[in-house]
Amino acid sequence: MRLFAILIFALVFAGPTTAERLAITGGTIHTVGADGTIENGTVLIDGTTIRAVGAGLAVPDGYRVIDASGQIVTPGLMNSITTVGVREISLDEKGRDERLADAPISAAFDVAYGINPRATTVPTTRIEGVTRVGVAPVSTDTLFDGQGAVAHLGDAADIVVAARAFMVADMTDDGTKLAGGSRGGAWVYLKNALAEAADYDTNRARYMGGVHRDGLLSRIDLKALVPVVKGDTPLVLRLHQAADIRRAIALADERPNLRIVLYGAREGWMVADELAAAGLPVIANSMINLPSSFESLASTMQNVVRLDAAGVTVALAGDATGVIGGSHNARLVAQLAGVAVAHGMPWDAALAAVTVNPARILGIAAQYGSLEAGKDADVVIWDGDPFEVMSAPVAVIIRGTEVPLVSRQTKLRDRYLGLDPGDKPFAYKR
Amino acid sequence: MIRYVMRAAALIALGGLAACAEEPTGGDRIVIDSDPFPSTYEPAASTPTAITGATLLDGLGGRIDDATILMSDGDIVAVGTDVAIPKGATVIDGSAQWVTPGIIDVHSHLGIYPSPGLAAHSEGNESTDPVTAEVWAEHSVWPQDPGFARALAGGVTAMQILPGSVNLFGGRSVTVKNVYARTVQGMKFPGAPHGLKMACGENPKYFYGTSRKRAPSTRMGNVAGYRAAWAEAADYKRDWDAYTAGAKNEPPKRDLELDTLKGVLDGDILVHMHCYRADEMAQILDMAEEFGYHVASFQHAVEAYKIADILAEHGTCSAMWADWWGFKIEAYDSIRENIPFVHAANACAIVHSDSSIGIQHLNQEAAKALADGNRVGLEIDKATAWIWLSANPAKSLGIFEATGSLEPGKDADVVLWSGDPFSSYTRAEKVFVDGAMLYDRNDPASWPVSDFELGQVGEGDAK
Repeated sequence: MRLFAILIFALVFAGPTTAERLAITGGTIHTVGADGTIENGTVLIDGTTIRAVGAGLAVPDGYRVIDASGQIVTPGLMNSITTVGVREISLDEKGRDERLADAPISAAFDVAYGINPRATTVPTTRIEGVTRVGVAPVSTDTLFDGQGAVAHLGDAADIVVAARAFMVADMTDDGTKLAGGSRGGAWVYLKNALAEAADYDTNRARYMGGVHRDGLLSRIDLKALVPVVKGDTPLVLRLHQAADIRRAIALADERPNLRIVLYGAREGWMVADELAAAGLPVIANSMINLPSSFESLASTMQNVVRLDAAGVTVALAGDATGVIGGSHNARLVAQLAGVAVAHGMPWDAALAAVTVNPARILGIAAQYGSLEAGKDADVVIWDGDPFEVMSAPVAVIIRGTEVPLVSRQTKLRDRYLGLDPGDKPFAYKR
Repeated sequence: MIRYVMRAAALIALGGLAACAEEPTGGDRIVIDSDPFPSTYEPAASTPTAITGATLLDGLGGRIDDATILMSDGDIVAVGTDVAIPKGATVIDGSAQWVTPGIIDVHSHLGIYPSPGLAAHSEGNESTDPVTAEVWAEHSVWPQDPGFARALAGGVTAMQILPGSVNLFGGRSVTVKNVYARTVQGMKFPGAPHGLKMACGENPKYFYGTSRKRAPSTRMGNVAGYRAAWAEAADYKRDWDAYTAGAKNEPPKRDLELDTLKGVLDGDILVHMHCYRADEMAQILDMAEEFGYHVASFQHAVEAYKIADILAEHGTCSAMWADWWGFKIEAYDSIRENIPFVHAANACAIVHSDSSIGIQHLNQEAAKALADGNRVGLEIDKATAWIWLSANPAKSLGIFEATGSLEPGKDADVVLWSGDPFSSYTRAEKVFVDGAMLYDRNDPASWPVSDFELGQVGEGDAK
């Protein structure tokens, strides 16, 4: 009896920690890979990875079958700029780890240290079908926000997939303010930082010996920028104005090693062809359409639609601190895709913009982003079109493990459903 | 125009807003002018218009398939499946499309936090004192905010513009038709009562206590601040009542702050209170009983689901987001089913935005809430859910006599949607305010362009 109780306890509280063999059958599978969309297809998952995807696959012995007949199967979605896991509550210093203030470092800031795999936003985000996030730093008083990370949202003690996966620099009005108050300061500072980092990389001994040191950046910040100038780490430039986007394109010409990503880019549509020719990808919010500043007067919900049509690689994301996006509503990335489709983006392009495109942009496409053999098994089964606001996941599998569709929010919901506490106060109901 | 005068007069009579000059005439008593900035709104020109063959949600919970709606002279003339269309009327084929009442957002800061978001445009909080019941949002509204046009394209035909939530008493709100005009008076909803914005919780205590080192610095300080003001207002009202009744000969000294609070105690001004936590809302309801006023709505009301029965008893509406949460600890206990749970307890549920972006997608916010509620066993249909977007907002603002549902005689504030408005892919096709088509998605020439956007990059673009 006691053993039974312990077993029950283990089942209820430990959750499924060991990946099993799973077969998802009968659904319409949007692979976002070479196989495109497969009707009545099967996904075979072995351990943490996808073993096979196709129509008419036999289910081998030992696989638990999830019947997805009549349902939609997609890769888990990705929101590339969020603060999931580093911001429990944004308006309290105790609840946030996404930013620096009055710190002696800038580019070296490593947000991965702050990622809490037990943050409430991890379950609330994943049960909406989002299984991967970029976690972005949001500095308040330096041009370089710091180094972002990529995380999966599974039930695990460590969810960081890639620390120091991208570098963020803020070239908007907000950022230029931090570099002396104008673009003439910000761009000079940015270019100088890259030049210093390149110089540091080739003259480390002199820097270490203190012989060669008259730059603006500290050694630790330069060290963080070395992978950026070498092209190993993407440089995410937050900016909006068409003129600034052209400056970014020019910078890409000057330093061909850089992997520049534009983030925000509200006037991107005005230079869509140039962006496509330069091969620079864009991370943008499909719902922003107001001239919130003089640098974004041409904002429109057509932005992402036109960029995609011009051949630019587009990832959809909210703002790192915004109400749409950020920490608590990074889960709304499917709605961003729906709005993009409503305004003219092809459905398949929108799905790519919340799966494989962010994966490519942030450098994890080898493991994640499509339903193909060998990739991590991040799979979501939906009760309808995932971009419909009335749809929801019926099953979420992250790296091969099905996670329960439970969060602190669903527990509060279940406690107060029907407003019936029973014999004792609500605190006893769970 | 005459119709408007009459409608306004009717609403004024309902709200008890007497409009007289502040001048003693002979032996008469001084009466305070309660409407010194009166509405000059006039509907745009329209022709009799019928939309036929549409799926129609009347905003009261009714749904009519293959419906016709006829609008004329700014009003809804008829709604049904057997509507005679007069000769010469413009007929719009609405088959495969849906018709609803225009969305009414009870929580907007358009015009007072307009785009572009410059420091000089920050007009929503008179953050110099926690009690500023004397300020009026309409005196901050910039009628050229590009955001009004965006909201129109999202099917919003009226809204309440509220002061911010830094102060215990933030000031008076204004309800407007979502139209461009040269003046705020030209936007003001004829006959709509004023609202009074109040705020609970973290914002006042943080702003004054933590940042300014003055009262209030706690929730108990907040409540003391409200009660001190209400007590003063009760005295002021007593003095005025005594003077008006002839028991006193000298009129009380005029006080703009207390004029607003007295307006609430007289039942002429509706209280809309920013409040997140359930326990706090319950205390506010007690305080309202103590001083003899009614709380029209709690704004945000993230924990309304915990006390939906109490809110129903008090007849107090909750204006809520579908799923915005977590930015502060008082918004931490959000659930996605808040709106349908409040509705299911027979309380008044409203979908609101508090956002220049959110206001453009309120139909999607309702859709998310509806789906989440039904997923846990509530059986709410789409026609019923539209009540959250038009009828309940109109009731909470005191304008339901004029708008908020598709009924003959009401203002023709109507949206024709490209399809089911609970779908992500649906957009407003045509938006009518008082029967005038002020937005047609397929006709770029019909899109309003605010003065600010004229001559700027992106002028007249599809937004």
